[in-house]
Amino acid sequence: MLLQTLVTGLAIGGVYALMAVGYSLVFSILNFSNFAHGVIIMLGAYFGYYLCSSLGLGIGASMLGAMIGTAVISILNEKLAYRPLRLRKAVPLYFMISAMGAAMFLENMVYVTVGSHFYSYPSFFTGSISIGGAYVGLLDIVALSISTFFIILLTLFLNKTMMGTAIRAASRDMLVASTLGVNIDGLLMVVFALAGGFAGIAGVFLGVKYLVYPTMGVITNKAYIAAVIGGIGSLPGAIVGGLILGLVESFVSAYISTTLRDVFSFSMLIILLLVLPSGLFGKTLDEKL
Amino acid sequence: MGYINSVLTLGCIQAVSVLGLALFTGFTGQFSLGHAAFIGIGAYVSAILTFYYHVPFILALILGGLGSVVVSFIIGVPTLKAKLRSDYFVIAIMGFGEAVRVVLENLNITQGARGLAGIEKYSTLPVVILVLAVCCWLARSFIVSRYGWRAIAVREDPIAAEMMGINLFATKMLSLAGSAFFCGVGGALLAHFLMYIQPVMFTQVQSTQLVAAVVAGGIGSISGPVIMAIFFIALPEMLRIANMWRLVIYGLVLILIMVFRPSGLMGYHELTELGKGLFRRLKKEGS
Repeated sequence: MLLQTLVTGLAIGGVYALMAVGYSLVFSILNFSNFAHGVIIMLGAYFGYYLCSSLGLGIGASMLGAMIGTAVISILNEKLAYRPLRLRKAVPLYFMISAMGAAMFLENMVYVTVGSHFYSYPSFFTGSISIGGAYVGLLDIVALSISTFFIILLTLFLNKTMMGTAIRAASRDMLVASTLGVNIDGLLMVVFALAGGFAGIAGVFLGVKYLVYPTMGVITNKAYIAAVIGGIGSLPGAIVGGLILGLVESFVSAYISTTLRDVFSFSMLIILLLVLPSGLFGKTLDEKL
Repeated sequence: MGYINSVLTLGCIQAVSVLGLALFTGFTGQFSLGHAAFIGIGAYVSAILTFYYHVPFILALILGGLGSVVVSFIIGVPTLKAKLRSDYFVIAIMGFGEAVRVVLENLNITQGARGLAGIEKYSTLPVVILVLAVCCWLARSFIVSRYGWRAIAVREDPIAAEMMGINLFATKMLSLAGSAFFCGVGGALLAHFLMYIQPVMFTQVQSTQLVAAVVAGGIGSISGPVIMAIFFIALPEMLRIANMWRLVIYGLVLILIMVFRPSGLMGYHELTELGKGLFRRLKKEGS
């Protein structure tokens, strides 16, 4: 029971981390909370669902397709809804409102065009493995390993490549980075493509584990909580925050109560913010004005 | 006639709640995705008072608003005092809104998720228009008072405002409490118009509709958001657009406004100024 809960917690935590990384990447550069990230994850789940159930692709190909689809949507989102504000040097409040508009638009577009049905993926990774007497779902293990793989890949990209260095520089100061010759437009395209791609994988995992429906973006609020717990804008923070949240949730639902799970995570968030206003790993910087 | 009447009533009720958020977002510069919780509290407090205890409507209306004020202190004092970044505040109040809904769903007195039915209908169009007018007057009095000036100073530049000796926490808290009061009154009106309330009516969707009206109406304006609130309720009803398309359009409108006209319909201006301007121009031409 303990081991099983632990693995489930880590697996869902890994998916939260994938989602939280997307929030944090965008936040670290543009300094606002991208509320549209949640619906992009939802769209990833839909893309994956169509690829594997209507076109009959395997899970790997569906995941890749979903990643490409969400990366494109994410880039479009930046170009259409954020770029004009960025050029005008608008305050973060305006970015947040625009992001919320994008979230509302995309979510309800899915309602209108696809409908509010619940879809379930064809079964993947249904078996379970017995480790030391505990049964651990295969899906959980796959989710955990794939999220770990992509997060390591991202860390390497950010730390070892020229583009990664530029992204880290821009997250310190976008203006200085651009005077030093960083193409901010191109850089943001890469950042949003990365955030979107990660959202796509996370969406497919959520879809396989639960169901696909328009308001599944609500689950992704958790990713936002994870990012905040770890300290928004910090990449290791997003990962640690995701894992902590996943573990807490899976232990609360296993040992206390499933209905209280969400109340628990929100209260944890509020209490943590009161103690550590910038999260576990957050930079203690004031709001840029 | 009955149909137009109820659409207008609903629009004016929404306008009362939007007025609340206009104080908080438009004049204090704070963003919130949880104000539906205050509408819910106002609706439930007033409905319980009239339903179980047969309290007069006007008293229930005010107590509904005050109930929301009390609740606003529960979330406002810890978060605003800790000077959370506005992003964190948004997520905190959003979580708080969800928590309030879960509580409403699990109490006995609210009859849980089934909802409270059989509330007396008191919110007729004249009553609602009267309340809206009183609320507009209250909001205007707040804004031209020194408390309102402090709020505007905080919106324009929190650091400079603090340097001038303005207490950021007290200013934001007062504005949050005020906005909660209006939302509570709006909720009370809503409960006594629909005659039936359910916790599920007060979700984040409702919060985002409030934000949409405030932003589209214009930051720093009272009349803009009020007009927009009525317009946003009435137009889709009149055009018979299905509920979901309405939200698609709201989303699009928010982006378009932020991209092309961030000041909204009448950002930083009031309808009365327009009237005065016209009057002045007419006078000039006459002389």
